[in-house]
Amino acid sequence: MTNKRIGTAKPRLHGRNAKIEEVMTGATVYNVPFPQELGTLKEMSPIVIRHPYSVEYLHSYGQDSPFFAGIANGRLLGTRCGRCRYTYATPRLHCANCGGETDWTELPREGRVHTFTTCYYGSEEFLKETPFHLILVEFDGVDTLFLARLIGVEGPEEIRIGMKVKSKFRRNSQLKPTDVYFVPS
Amino acid sequence: MVSGGVSKFAKARPDATFQKMVKEAFDYALGDVPRLKPDTIDGSVGSYFSDHFTRQLMAGIMATDYLGLCPKPNKRIEGGGATGGLCFQSAWESVASGRMNCCVAFGFETMSRVQTWKGNEFIAQASDMNFDYPVGGFYSGYYAMMVNRHIHEFGTTVEQMAMVSVKNHRNACFNPYAQKQKRLTVREVRNSEMVAYPLTLLDICVMSDGAAVCILADEKTAFRLTDKPVRITGVGTGTDMMRMADRPHGKVILAPNEKESDYRNVKYPGVHSFRAGRSAGLQAYKMAGIKDPLKEIDFIELHDAYTSSEIQTYEDLALCRYGEGGKFVEQGHPFMPRIDYGLKLKKKGTIPVNPSGGLIACGHPVGATGLMQAVFSFWQIQGSIRKHFGSGELQLKKANRGLIHSHAGTGTYVTVSILEKGW
Repeated sequence: MTNKRIGTAKPRLHGRNAKIEEVMTGATVYNVPFPQELGTLKEMSPIVIRHPYSVEYLHSYGQDSPFFAGIANGRLLGTRCGRCRYTYATPRLHCANCGGETDWTELPREGRVHTFTTCYYGSEEFLKETPFHLILVEFDGVDTLFLARLIGVEGPEEIRIGMKVKSKFRRNSQLKPTDVYFVPS
Repeated sequence: MVSGGVSKFAKARPDATFQKMVKEAFDYALGDVPRLKPDTIDGSVGSYFSDHFTRQLMAGIMATDYLGLCPKPNKRIEGGGATGGLCFQSAWESVASGRMNCCVAFGFETMSRVQTWKGNEFIAQASDMNFDYPVGGFYSGYYAMMVNRHIHEFGTTVEQMAMVSVKNHRNACFNPYAQKQKRLTVREVRNSEMVAYPLTLLDICVMSDGAAVCILADEKTAFRLTDKPVRITGVGTGTDMMRMADRPHGKVILAPNEKESDYRNVKYPGVHSFRAGRSAGLQAYKMAGIKDPLKEIDFIELHDAYTSSEIQTYEDLALCRYGEGGKFVEQGHPFMPRIDYGLKLKKKGTIPVNPSGGLIACGHPVGATGLMQAVFSFWQIQGSIRKHFGSGELQLKKANRGLIHSHAGTGTYVTVSILEKGW
């Protein structure tokens, strides 16, 4: 958590519900008032200190890594169970149906919106990107769905369940699942 | 169950650490059964959801030692939003297995220590970190996608969802433990800020600081401690795949009062229904001998993190058929019979759901929530709502059997427990 990112929340309340933006910065205090009588200590206000912490974490995609190599190269990969043929749009190396090992397979370029939403708020990490559109994509011949961003529409009124969408890829891969995104086709 | 206690849920409790909040709930529970002495307690289970919110690993033992329950057994139970429900069932297991005669279940969460949007980030980390979180991890967004599919499949309306919000906020006006007490209209719910289409600010529960405690005992110990113990007659726990995208599109798991021909065109659970909730409900019904839940259960406290998920849960719990949840609330079935909501309801009060105000109005300090539901239900069955709430508006005339329902993720862990008059 960096200082810059603190207070990215933009309260969008209007009229009498409007509120000033809350930030987590505060005054630095060196002298803390202290009473003469210890008996009054239980009445004192709580002391709250600011405590930023950050972590460098080495996140391994493990057996899902080929998916990320795929999207970095403009190819969207799912997996298919060698035993029961169940096909996963969001890949997994082992089939949840039968326990068999799956094989990598390329998904169709075009799919349909299974469901959608438009997020006007979000987790702190994505707040600056709001509003954004999330869709679950269904593909012909594939048993499960794929979560992605939809771009190229203004608001939820322009999205409908069943509409055709087409995958596109970032040219400069971030090695995140958002390297692939969808647009209306 | 012989006693319970709840700290007043609040947006922020900077005056207390988690240990102190648990102590408040624990002392309240002890105060309600004066015959219970500390040496009767054989051990405890503790629940809190997120180490990020607590910023203290092994917080469970710190609450245990604060309560003076060392060196007796304790362990932490965690399962997302269902953490409290799982903790309740773990305490039940401790007693039912014979390992303990008397077990304390405590739960807490301190969510005010970070800003709301950081809190949402912590919560969203309870979704797949490879494929879901990085796309725009936000639980309200996930639930919005689920209800948009529910609307598509079954014609559920946003006004029906808003009625859940009106109901739960109104019920909470008579519950002094609730964080939000409001008289709302359907229009106000719809006109509040859009968070994730179609969910508005008033369709969604709030973060909270709070703690809750339940004390469970075997039958012999229970009757020694209180004249009015509540019997736990059924427990069920269901699970589903973490990623919504992975959920199957198969056949409905049928409740005893349903048949296959009811669901010719339903692909189940898809993303519109909670298979874990259905599974947990059916296990609990079987154990408690319930065939027709609508007729055989008097009230329900369920996990309404979203108005939409309350509607979806009516269906999972077989209070109505899949697809009829919206109409179920529109007709008035889950409302309290004697409270005025400013709505025209044809069949008001068939089976009151969330008489306490639920998560939407009481708040959702995750690790405490499932236990809070147990405490409110315990008081409801004992007929002691007036004593504990200071007013009897929410006391149901007939409250012999209640159901509590705790729910995690996008329906990944769900617990259902049946509580009944035990005397």
